[in-house]
Amino acid sequence: MAEFKEAPAGAPLGVKLMTWVDNRFPASKLYKEHMSEYYAPKNFNWWYIFGSLALLVLVIQIVTGIFLVMHYKPDSALAFASVEYIMRDVPWGWLIRYMHSTGASAFFVVVYLHMFRGLLYGSYRKPRELVWIFGCAIFLCLMAEAFMGYLLPWGQMSYWGAQVIVNLFAAVPFVGPDLALLIRGDYVVGDATLNRFFSFHVIAVPLVLLGLVVAHIIALHEVGSNNPDGVEIKAKKGPDGHPLDGIPFHPYYTVHDIFGVGLFLMAFSAVIFFAPELGGYFLEYNNFIPADPLKTPPHIAPVWYFTPFYSMLRATTDVMVQVLCGVIGISAVITLLRGGLSAMGKGLVLVGAVVGIALLLTFDAKFWGVVVMGGAVIILFFLPWLDHSPVKSIRYRPDWHKYLYGIFVLLFLVLGYLGVKPPSDAGTIVSQIGTLYYFGFFLLMPWWSKAGQFKPVPDRVTYHPH
Amino acid sequence: MSDPQVDQGKRTWLIATGCAGAVGGVATAVPFVSTFAPSERAKAAGAAVEVDIGGLAPGQKLTVEWRGKPVWIVRRTKEQLDALKGNDPELADPNSDRKAFPIPEYAKNEWRSLKPEYLVVVGICSHLGCSPSDKFQAGPQPSLPDNWHGGFLCPCHGSTFDMAGRVFKNKPAPDNLEVPPYAFLSDTRLLIGEDKKA
Repeated sequence: MAEFKEAPAGAPLGVKLMTWVDNRFPASKLYKEHMSEYYAPKNFNWWYIFGSLALLVLVIQIVTGIFLVMHYKPDSALAFASVEYIMRDVPWGWLIRYMHSTGASAFFVVVYLHMFRGLLYGSYRKPRELVWIFGCAIFLCLMAEAFMGYLLPWGQMSYWGAQVIVNLFAAVPFVGPDLALLIRGDYVVGDATLNRFFSFHVIAVPLVLLGLVVAHIIALHEVGSNNPDGVEIKAKKGPDGHPLDGIPFHPYYTVHDIFGVGLFLMAFSAVIFFAPELGGYFLEYNNFIPADPLKTPPHIAPVWYFTPFYSMLRATTDVMVQVLCGVIGISAVITLLRGGLSAMGKGLVLVGAVVGIALLLTFDAKFWGVVVMGGAVIILFFLPWLDHSPVKSIRYRPDWHKYLYGIFVLLFLVLGYLGVKPPSDAGTIVSQIGTLYYFGFFLLMPWWSKAGQFKPVPDRVTYHPH
Repeated sequence: MSDPQVDQGKRTWLIATGCAGAVGGVATAVPFVSTFAPSERAKAAGAAVEVDIGGLAPGQKLTVEWRGKPVWIVRRTKEQLDALKGNDPELADPNSDRKAFPIPEYAKNEWRSLKPEYLVVVGICSHLGCSPSDKFQAGPQPSLPDNWHGGFLCPCHGSTFDMAGRVFKNKPAPDNLEVPPYAFLSDTRLLIGEDKKA
C-alpha cells in the first residue's frame, strides 16, 4: 500500500485534487504506467497502427450497438421489420446501423492486419506468448460475436447461414444432434435461437471480449511491445533506467495514432456513406429478404471474413480425407526412418498414426470438415511454440522464408475468394491445396523456421531520424 | 507466510469445503444449461398437421410446415415412378438402409412412400440443412447430369436427390431425405407427424 501523501501547502487546486484522488485510487500511477511512461520502441512502422484501430472499432461497435438495441426487437415475428424501422423511420437510424454493420467488417480488416503484423515480426515469441494467446481468444470471441450478430436482422442469409453453421455442430459424433438442439433451443432455427443469440451478442460475448482486451493490454504493457527488428529494447537502458530505444507512448504514439485514426475514419466513412453494402460483401443482398424457413436462397455464403475457413470446410471431401490419411502415413514413415527414437517412441508414432487413420476413416468427411475449420483457428494459439527460428523478425530471416509467407497470404486470400463463390470442381481442388498449405505452414514450422541462412540481428533497433 | 508450520487438520477441512463448494457450483450450472433445451411450448409445436391433398394434380408439389420444417407432398406421374428403378446404381443408399434418419416401415419400399403415387418427405438436405429446389424436368440441364430423370437439387452444396428423395452417390449429403411419420385419413386427407400405430 502506498504511503499517504500530502499536497504541499499553497499548491494549486488541481494538484490538491489529484493528491486526494491518488491517495484513494492509483490514477496517476496508471496514467504513467500505461501512457506517459510506457516506453514503446521508437522504430514502429505503419503496421503498428492496427492495435489502436481495433480498440477504436470496438468502441464504435459498443456505442452503436447500445443505440441499436433501443429500437431492435429480438422476436422472429418482429426482428426483420424492426431493423427496417431503424433504417427508415428512426431519425439517423440508418447511419447508426450502417456504422455497426460496416464496423463489423472493419473490425476483421484491422484484426487480420494486426495478427499478420504479429506473424511478420515474431511478436508472439517469448516473452509475449500470453499477449498472443489473449489475442487469439479475442479473435475467437469476435467470430462468435459476428456470427450471432448476423442472425439478428432475421433475413434469408441470417436464417440459412445460422441453419448451416448450427448444423455443423450436429456433425460431431455421438452428441452432435443433441448439441445442435441445445444451441437452437428448437428443432429448427427459430424464435428461441434468435433470443439467445441476441443475449449472447449484446451481453455475454462483449463482457468476455472486454475482459480479454484488458488482459491483452496488461500483458503487453508488462512485457513491452515488440518492434519491426524483433530486438528487446529493454536490454539496453540509459542512466535514467528507461530503454535507450524507447519513447513514451504519450505523446509520441498517441499523436501518431490520431493521424492513423483520421485516415481510417476517412475510409470508414466512405464505405458508410457511399457503399454500405460494399457490393454485397459487407451486407449480403439476400439478407434484405425476410427469413423464410421453407425456402433456401439459391446460393448461401458466409460474410467475407469467415470465407477462408468456410472454404477449408468445403474442401474436406471424402477424397481430401483419403489424402489426409496418406499424409499421416507418410509422416509416420519419415519419422521412423529418420531415427533418433527409442523403440518406445517408434511404437508410439506407429500407434498414433494407425489410430489417426482409423479415426479419419470411421467418421464422415462432414465431421472432419468441421474439425479442419475449427483447427485452422485453434492452431494459431500454438504459434509461439511452433516457431523455432533463431530470430523474431522477418527482416533477418532467410529470403525464402519471405516467399513461404507470401504464398501463405496469397492462398489465404484465394481461400477467402473461393468461399464466397458457389462450389465448383476446380475451386474445390484449389481450396484443398490451400488447406494443405495452411496446415503445412504451421505444423511443419518447427522444422522449416530454423532452416536456412539467417542474417545478423543488430543490438539496437534500426531507426532513421526524420 | 513466515510460519512454516502447516495445520494439517485445517488444510483437510479447507480442501473438503472447497470440494463441496465446487460440487455446489457445478450443480447450480445444471438449471442454467437446462434452459438451453427446447421449451415445453417448442415441444408442443411438434404436433401433427392435417393436409387436404384433393387439389394436387399429378406432377405437382405441395409444401406444408411441420415442426418448422418444410414437408413436401409430391404427386408423382407414372413416368416419374417408372424412372425410379433406373436410378438405383447411381444412388448412395437406394434401399434406405442407413440408420441416420430411420424410415417408417410402411415407406421402406421402392417408392419410399405409403401410396406409390404420393411422396411425403421433409424438404431439408441431410448435409447442412438447406432446402433443395425442384428439378422435376427430365433431361440435361445446368448443374445436373445428362441422364437426369427428375428430382431435387440442393443449392448450397450441390447434392442431388431423385423423385423418391434418395441421394445420389459422391455428393456432400450422406443420407436420403427424411420421411416423416404420416397416414392417410381418407383418400384426400393426409396427416403428417403421426402414423396409424401412434
